[in-house]
Amino acid sequence: MFSFFKKTGQEPQPPESAPASAPSWRERLFQGLAKTRAQWGGKLKTIFSRGKVDDELLEELESMLLTSDVGIEATQFLLDDLKGRAKRDKLDTPEAIQQALAGAFVDLVGPLEKPLDIENHRPFVIMIAGVNGAGKTTSIGKLAKYFQDQGKSVLLAAGDTFRAAAREQLQAWGERNNVTVISQESGDPAAVIFDAIAAAKARGIDVVLADTAGRLPTQLHLMEEIAKVRRVIQKVDPTGPHETLLVLDANIGQNALQQVKAFDKAVQVTGLVVTKLDGTAKGGVVAAIARQCPKPIRFIGVGEGIDDLRPFSAKDFVDALFE
Amino acid sequence: MLDNLTQRLARVMKTLKGEARLTESNIADALREVRMALLEADVALPVVKDFISAVKEKAVGEEVIGSLSPGQALVGVVHRELARLMGEAHEGISFATQPPAIVLMAGLQGAGKTTTVGKLGKFLKETQKKKVLVVSCDVYRPAAIEQLKSVAGQAGIDFFPSSAGEKPEAIALAAADWARRHYHDVLLVDTAGRLAIDEEMMAEIKRLHAALNPIETLFVVDAMLGQDAVNTARAFNEALPLTGVVLTKLDGDARGGAALSVRHVTGKPIKFAGVGEKLSGLEAFHPERMASRILGMGDVLSLIEEAKKGLDEEKAVAFAKKLKSGKGFDLNDFKDQIGQMRKMGGMTALLDKMPAQVAQMAGQLPVGAENKMVGRVEGIINSMTPAERAKPEIIKASRKRRIAAGAGVQVQDVNRLLNQFEQSQKMMKQLTKGGIGKLMRGMKGMLPGMGR
Repeated sequence: MFSFFKKTGQEPQPPESAPASAPSWRERLFQGLAKTRAQWGGKLKTIFSRGKVDDELLEELESMLLTSDVGIEATQFLLDDLKGRAKRDKLDTPEAIQQALAGAFVDLVGPLEKPLDIENHRPFVIMIAGVNGAGKTTSIGKLAKYFQDQGKSVLLAAGDTFRAAAREQLQAWGERNNVTVISQESGDPAAVIFDAIAAAKARGIDVVLADTAGRLPTQLHLMEEIAKVRRVIQKVDPTGPHETLLVLDANIGQNALQQVKAFDKAVQVTGLVVTKLDGTAKGGVVAAIARQCPKPIRFIGVGEGIDDLRPFSAKDFVDALFE
Repeated sequence: MLDNLTQRLARVMKTLKGEARLTESNIADALREVRMALLEADVALPVVKDFISAVKEKAVGEEVIGSLSPGQALVGVVHRELARLMGEAHEGISFATQPPAIVLMAGLQGAGKTTTVGKLGKFLKETQKKKVLVVSCDVYRPAAIEQLKSVAGQAGIDFFPSSAGEKPEAIALAAADWARRHYHDVLLVDTAGRLAIDEEMMAEIKRLHAALNPIETLFVVDAMLGQDAVNTARAFNEALPLTGVVLTKLDGDARGGAALSVRHVTGKPIKFAGVGEKLSGLEAFHPERMASRILGMGDVLSLIEEAKKGLDEEKAVAFAKKLKSGKGFDLNDFKDQIGQMRKMGGMTALLDKMPAQVAQMAGQLPVGAENKMVGRVEGIINSMTPAERAKPEIIKASRKRRIAAGAGVQVQDVNRLLNQFEQSQKMMKQLTKGGIGKLMRGMKGMLPGMGR
């Protein structure tokens, strides 16, 4: 989606205080979403070329948003917002309409940009949750690298004691990045994570990343199990977990909302990781989340490389869609 | 899974009353609701559009005959159309080739390919007595091969070892050769997850397909997939001559619109559905049942099948006799009932398959309450002596205290159970007299208060 943000006018201003690694990341972000833009191509240009916000434009835009997983409610919201802007600002050029829609989008997803601050606790315990196949273990590997690059010491807890070879997968990541992985032959995820946090305390580790097995919100016994993991973490560290990240696959449709709600109920989600954003019609679900169950998006993933998981920046994100 | 869509349609159809014939204007509202419901269920927009226009075309002018309400007439059209879209009856894996029959799995990352390989292997081994070999060509994700090895071990099927340093094609060919020489009936080939837009990876799987020439190429797809299901399915369908689709994670609460989208775009049959985290969680996919289920007609066929699998036939017969006589239904039977319900996947799974009205009624219960409640009831009964189970009326204060202590509950819980048991005894009598309708009414009164 979002090629409708493609500016025909001037280039967007790069953020003033861009960190050193920003250009390559921005490039990658742009590249990751390039396919998304290319897919729609001239279609949106045609829509906007009408030059005024009328019913036909809105209807075509609605289709566009719906096919991008924005969802009915958020689509309606964005269209209403656009209509409001059209009334106020007399949008009469394609560029103006495009900018107005981009503005509406930034306003919607902007509040989700809240970077994760890991400085206030040591060890900073991050619990990872999500459905099967969302990319939890892979994200943990990437996060470990990310925190290491910031000079933090990291410890991984192989809390996925259910899936075959999940432990080995995490250990492989640990070896690659030279990170200690705490694991047990089998057994209780809560116990593994308990041990890991105790070890982190003893060794003065900065960040603990606790993996958990994938589970669907309908599997109530598993949702209770993960609630227990959380309780056990609180036993070893009453202030923890300092962050509970829900990993969402951007390919998932409106069920993402259900997932956020269900996991929030079980383990009080404090942030989201949106993975697999590189692809075709993705990204819309971010808007749906912003509208219906806003949670800070801490990280987004736009590629398979180890550096392709980075903090979410609403401006960069929309800019990348703008181009 | 698709129950929300079901409820929604049920509501819409109620508004269509007292019209003699379906016209463009009187079904417009209903169709808009259908459209919204389908979109919310993640059915892809182009599919929704095609579907709605097909329904409209067929519905307009349809006479509302006999005792049907206009709503029912429209449901009829929607159902026929949906059933058509979902495709023909279930087809299994084809073995019409010289063994080994090679099955290639393809799909996005995290779709559930490896788990499905394990489930399918177990399914073929146990239901069709096939000798199954599995091999992983995922040389990218750490421990993917390890995962398949462990899954194969659990499923009790043979595993062909491979390593991350090898080429996928070389691995696959070696495995095929091995399978041929060791008289395996089936070779299941697991592959790495890939995005449809990743040209390099798509080229790799094309080469893999060309080298293996599999009889089945299955597209594994997550039932939770959103609008992009259409694009992904199209891309895979164009790259590979798919022969079927496996829908995974169908036990989640996603409404499963992806099933419709994928089916519509590829035109390939959905052969299996993955449910649950256990390796036995693979079901044959029944399109016509799915269509019925979407419309709230209930998946009664699946329910009967479940019941057959889960029930102990002898016990059922004995129980039916007791029921008929209306006497002697005691706590032992009550416990058996609970146990059998468990085997059938618990209350939630059962309700899922019931017609919409029933499910709706039961849906008012707090989520999860029923499973917890069932466990607790079982615990209380287990703390009773056989004599107490046979004659609950002998349980007085002192026995109640002992039972409560034994089950780790309060005396009130024991009281509540005894009350409920009394009620259900009455219900059983009603059932023998008044049939299922009364039974359901009885249940309504009984469920919400249980097991706090």
